[in-house]
Amino acid sequence: MPTNVVQIVVFAILTLMTLGGGLGVVSSRNLFHGALFLVLSFAGVVGYYVLLDAGFLAAVQLLIYIGAIAILILFAIMLSRGLMSQRQSQRNEQWWIALLVVVLTFVVLAVVLWQVDWPVASDQALASPSVAISQLGQELLGPYVIPFEVASVLLLVALVGAVILARETET
Amino acid sequence: MTLNQLLTLLLPEIVLTVAAFVVLGLDLIWRGDEVRGRWLPWVAFLGVLLTLVATIAVWPMAGVGGRPLALTVGQGFGGDAIPMMALDGLALFFKLFTVLVLLIVTLSAGEYVQTHTPFRGEFYALMLLAGLSIMLASAATNLVMIYLAIEFLSITSYVLTGYLRDDPRSTEAAIKYFIYGAGASAVMLYGFSLLYGATGTTDLAAIATALTAGSTTVRWLVFPATIMALAGLGFKIALVPFHQWSPDAYEGAPTPVTAFLSVGPKAAGFAVLMRLLLTALPGFQVDWVGVLAGVAIITMSLGNLVALRQTNVKRLLAYSSIAQAGYMLIGLAALAPLSESWTTGLNGLLLYLFAYLFTNLGAFAIVIAVENRTGSAQISDFAGLIRRAPFLAVAMFIFLLSLIGIPPTGGFLGKLFVFGAAIQQRMILLAVVGIINSVVSVYYYYAIIREMFFGQAGDAESIPVTPSLKLVVGVNAVMVLAIALYAEPFIRLATESVQMLAAKF
Repeated sequence: MPTNVVQIVVFAILTLMTLGGGLGVVSSRNLFHGALFLVLSFAGVVGYYVLLDAGFLAAVQLLIYIGAIAILILFAIMLSRGLMSQRQSQRNEQWWIALLVVVLTFVVLAVVLWQVDWPVASDQALASPSVAISQLGQELLGPYVIPFEVASVLLLVALVGAVILARETET
Repeated sequence: MTLNQLLTLLLPEIVLTVAAFVVLGLDLIWRGDEVRGRWLPWVAFLGVLLTLVATIAVWPMAGVGGRPLALTVGQGFGGDAIPMMALDGLALFFKLFTVLVLLIVTLSAGEYVQTHTPFRGEFYALMLLAGLSIMLASAATNLVMIYLAIEFLSITSYVLTGYLRDDPRSTEAAIKYFIYGAGASAVMLYGFSLLYGATGTTDLAAIATALTAGSTTVRWLVFPATIMALAGLGFKIALVPFHQWSPDAYEGAPTPVTAFLSVGPKAAGFAVLMRLLLTALPGFQVDWVGVLAGVAIITMSLGNLVALRQTNVKRLLAYSSIAQAGYMLIGLAALAPLSESWTTGLNGLLLYLFAYLFTNLGAFAIVIAVENRTGSAQISDFAGLIRRAPFLAVAMFIFLLSLIGIPPTGGFLGKLFVFGAAIQQRMILLAVVGIINSVVSVYYYYAIIREMFFGQAGDAESIPVTPSLKLVVGVNAVMVLAIALYAEPFIRLATESVQMLAAKF
């Protein structure tokens, strides 16, 4: 919980960025604008991580989500301009069902967040940033080495799959 | 656990990974379509056989004394070991299960792959790696590992579904599968994050301890988290209401892939669901049994009712497999404490899955054989099959009997066990709905039988069947009958596999 005023103000600005960006993504009629709103939303999340003292995570979020993924999306939109440039409505006749589901989900999650006594992390977890990063590395290659290796195989599979689905056929 | 021990215990997974990469490599090295087309399926087949050997080799090392053997490396910074996977009865059962699926699918895919796609080596490599992800998912005891394995399975499945790039239906199937899948995974991940947030751990057993030891307010969270996890896993199993992708994906995907999708991901979904509910949330059984029972009822009923109107065999089998998943879910909803009784619900579920594996893959092998000749898979293509390919027609008859659940077939034994569990647990409604649905299903399965035996074939030529397809169909038909007629070892396998999970009740 942010206790002093500065924290609350910063939190409010970040929330405005994240939620406003997200709203922009789903509501803007121009795909390119939607992608730019996505960048704004990602930037808001970076701010949250900084507020939570998770510096490394913030850097990774910045590098991967804004630096790589969002830029890639923008490239993809620009390269397929012929297909993508027409403005399309983001609404169809099922919008009210979607709204109903969204509101219900929100209510359920709000009740959960309100009712549960969330455990607070011990001081141990809040080690200084440099220690935290080296611990993260050691955990990744220690207890989490099996998922780490599986992720590497998964990336290779995704690569092979992308080649198969996108490559020009020679024959 | 030392690294050597760990590598020994992971031998089946390692062998399978290496086999997939060998197939991928040979596909690049070998020149000449002829050589690759003929030998690559056999290299893949050999790789899976070696995996079977490795699975048998690690079999005796599984947990002893009623405790699963946890696979850990080093320690986390809290000083405790963090288990990622377990080697217990359930994991071994699904390793064996996966190996059987892969053996059957690689054998029956040969001619279809040869004639339908230029990317043959990659097909087998991706298939083996999809199998690897099922093995990992069914052994995973940590939320991180579970999510990774399920996502691994999803990505390989998406690629395999869209494998026929020149066929718009295949591409459409892949896109639908992908979009539904991405949504379902995201919801499941959110559910996992709630569990992690409330307990501060991703290990299933530790979650159970933290949930019961912590404040009672967590009850507010368990129910939504379970529903969210069920969305992701139900998507893999194709439970209603998470099933919409499956008829389109099954129809559009290459038929060998459809065969795989109808069995492999379902098995992975059930394995993870069993572990999640019984290891992490056993104290909240009252919360999730009702949900599972409700989902089982609508899944059975909707699957069967929509199947009545299908004219395409692949679509029909898709809806039929939705209904079959509903029957299986009864086993999990009606689970009972391990006791002297003959069914715990869980062993019924595994027995049902085992029979379903041979039944459904056998039926799809026949669809592949007919499709190789006629180019499509409408029910009318099966007309007069008894004259065009008597062997296939008789085998199909056996598989359809097993899908209906008529003795003496494995499907009957599976149904007997899950319905028996429901009756034992006084869940009479579940058993009654299951039996009514089995009766309804006779109608659409009989439509295929009628065409095969009494339909007039437009084309009277006999259907040539490759030796490997013949072998697959024959072995599957024998296994379907053997599970019912020589049931004892199969029942023991299923019962022993769930012992460690069920013992906790």
